[in-house]
Amino acid sequence: MRMRTMEISVGFFMLIGFLALVVLALNVSGLNLASKGAGYKIYANFENIGGLTARAKVSMSGVQIGEVTRIRLDPQMLMAEVEMEIYPDIDFLSADSSAMILTSGLLGQQYIGIIPGGDVEVLAPGEFIYNTQSALVLEDLVGKFLMNQVSE
Amino acid sequence: MIDFMQKLGHRTLSKLAAFGRSGQILFQSVVAKPAPVMMFPLLIKQIYFVGVLSLIIIVVSGLFIGMVLGLQGYTILADYGSEEAVGQMVALSLVRELAPVVTALLFAGRAGSALTAEIGLMKATEQLASLEMIGVDPLRRIIAPRLYAGFICMPLLTMIFAVVGVWGAALVAVDWLGIYSGSYWVNMQQSVDFMSDVVNGLIKAVVFGFVVTWIAVYQGYDCVPTSEGISQATTRTVVYSSLAVLGLDFILTALMFGDL
Amino acid sequence: MEAVSPATGSASSMLEDVIVEIKDLTFSRGNRPIFKGVDIKIPRGKVTAIMGPSGTGKTTLLKLIGGQLRPDSGDIVVEGSSVPSLGRKDLFVIREKMGMLFQSGALFTDMNVFDNIAFPIRVHTQLPEEMIRDIVLMKLQAVGLRGAYDLMPSELSGGMARRVALARAISLDPNIVMYDEPFTGQDPIAMGVLVNLIRRLNQALGHTSIIVSHDIQETLSIADYIYLIADGKVIAHGTPDQLKTIESEQVRQFVEGLPDGPVPFHYQAPDFLEQLMHKGVSR
Repeated sequence: MRMRTMEISVGFFMLIGFLALVVLALNVSGLNLASKGAGYKIYANFENIGGLTARAKVSMSGVQIGEVTRIRLDPQMLMAEVEMEIYPDIDFLSADSSAMILTSGLLGQQYIGIIPGGDVEVLAPGEFIYNTQSALVLEDLVGKFLMNQVSE
Repeated sequence: MIDFMQKLGHRTLSKLAAFGRSGQILFQSVVAKPAPVMMFPLLIKQIYFVGVLSLIIIVVSGLFIGMVLGLQGYTILADYGSEEAVGQMVALSLVRELAPVVTALLFAGRAGSALTAEIGLMKATEQLASLEMIGVDPLRRIIAPRLYAGFICMPLLTMIFAVVGVWGAALVAVDWLGIYSGSYWVNMQQSVDFMSDVVNGLIKAVVFGFVVTWIAVYQGYDCVPTSEGISQATTRTVVYSSLAVLGLDFILTALMFGDL
Repeated sequence: MEAVSPATGSASSMLEDVIVEIKDLTFSRGNRPIFKGVDIKIPRGKVTAIMGPSGTGKTTLLKLIGGQLRPDSGDIVVEGSSVPSLGRKDLFVIREKMGMLFQSGALFTDMNVFDNIAFPIRVHTQLPEEMIRDIVLMKLQAVGLRGAYDLMPSELSGGMARRVALARAISLDPNIVMYDEPFTGQDPIAMGVLVNLIRRLNQALGHTSIIVSHDIQETLSIADYIYLIADGKVIAHGTPDQLKTIESEQVRQFVEGLPDGPVPFHYQAPDFLEQLMHKGVSR
């Protein structure tokens, strides 16, 4: 009988442990098995990506529609090429959409915001967004401001 | 000077010999011999002692650490107007660092010291020698189930600690301080990655569980079989495993999160 | 004193079947030599006692026979196989033929009396549970503790614990049973019971008994043959009657329990008066 209660409590313990793992996976890390890897890729070139990193979110009107999967330097254009994965249900981005690098809050993470255009055609997987706006770099801003002051 | 060198040499050699013996114990009890079917009930019993009985201290500590993190995080982040990020801060610090490390330290204090004392007492009362004379290898009968139980329990306890901590922080931040619960969870989900955060935390837990149980079992098996020897061995278990956990944590963190 | 003093008639009794033979054994712990060339022959089916003052490594000798320690040199032959040269696996096989009663009893504290005695049987045989039950009850009956089968070791008195341990030691019907200080710390009644038990079991089961002890009277009363060890050597051996007639001072001191003699009352120390005059202990 003592052995039995022991076995039951051990079984219970193992169960809680695995449940905890599941909670961590789904609730804390927001792991969504369905959307991972099922999306399509689009690209954009930026002159300066600032502090953008892989896994940064891609959003439209503040709603996340994908994430940055890879960042590399395009050797011909000498610009940053950002690869984004867009969720499969977002299949209505117009071909003349523009992408800009934004910052959440004053000191927060950088992310990509997509602003829809008016074109009837939609972005196909693998296509580029040509209309881009680089990240704001504080030093550049200060530099421009000072130049203006001097020229006045 | 020569005396000092001799002492140093002696200590180095004896430490090396101890390390060798502990490796031998590990090898003979776990690696060289597959676990026989007979071990299963023994394993259940050890998981009960090592895991189930540690559950309370883990849950209570996890809850309080989570609550403190929630409170501290809120007051600090509120200065920057970004108190919504408290979920992210709590979850990352728990999953990556606090859950594995604090669980391992508590585990060393709760289960490790008990393991050492139990095995040391078995040695002092000649139970280990008696097993040998009956023709049963004490490494397989006594040591191996305890080692396996340690490996199994540590990751589970760590996961439980992390979940309870996150929940405790939510309790403080959301229910008490009034952060919008959606932003608490969504912020958290966006910043915590399953592979690089949760799985890495899990890897840490497995490594710590392995090291702590190994140290505990070795100290018990190799202790001087007197009451003084057992108390020293128990102290050494807690000290050595805490140091090992903290040191290894740095190394693992550097490998996992620092781009070294 | 180095001369082993077998006095008379040892040769006649030594021609018997020898089950354990220790040849020129040396063993040391750290820098301290414990045995310096010990030769012992233990005849089959008899009660052999190994005696000596405390600290002479009598328990160590049993551990050497059981293969738990390895000698520095010399050989220990148990039933034809040399114990020090056996591998781990073969050692466990040969130990199935040995039973050992430890000084502290060494009962497994997490099992009750029944399971303690059943343990060696369960480990080494595939017998059905009813048969194990019968064997365990038989062994318990032999030591007179059948009524205590469901007690935990912590609920037993010292004498009872030792009897349970004895039942466990004989549970597999070993060829050799080793007793490590079976009489120490026992009250006179428990002591009498144990003496009686060891003798009776030896006769009834026909195994060889090796007793390590320094309790002169009890040991002399049950042993067929006695080895006396001091200073890492065998200083005398013979039957109890022979031993009583040996004239060696060292043997006399031990057998009669004199406080001072070749084994001095004082531990090695500088001259008492001199040390007092210098005040304090020089380190």
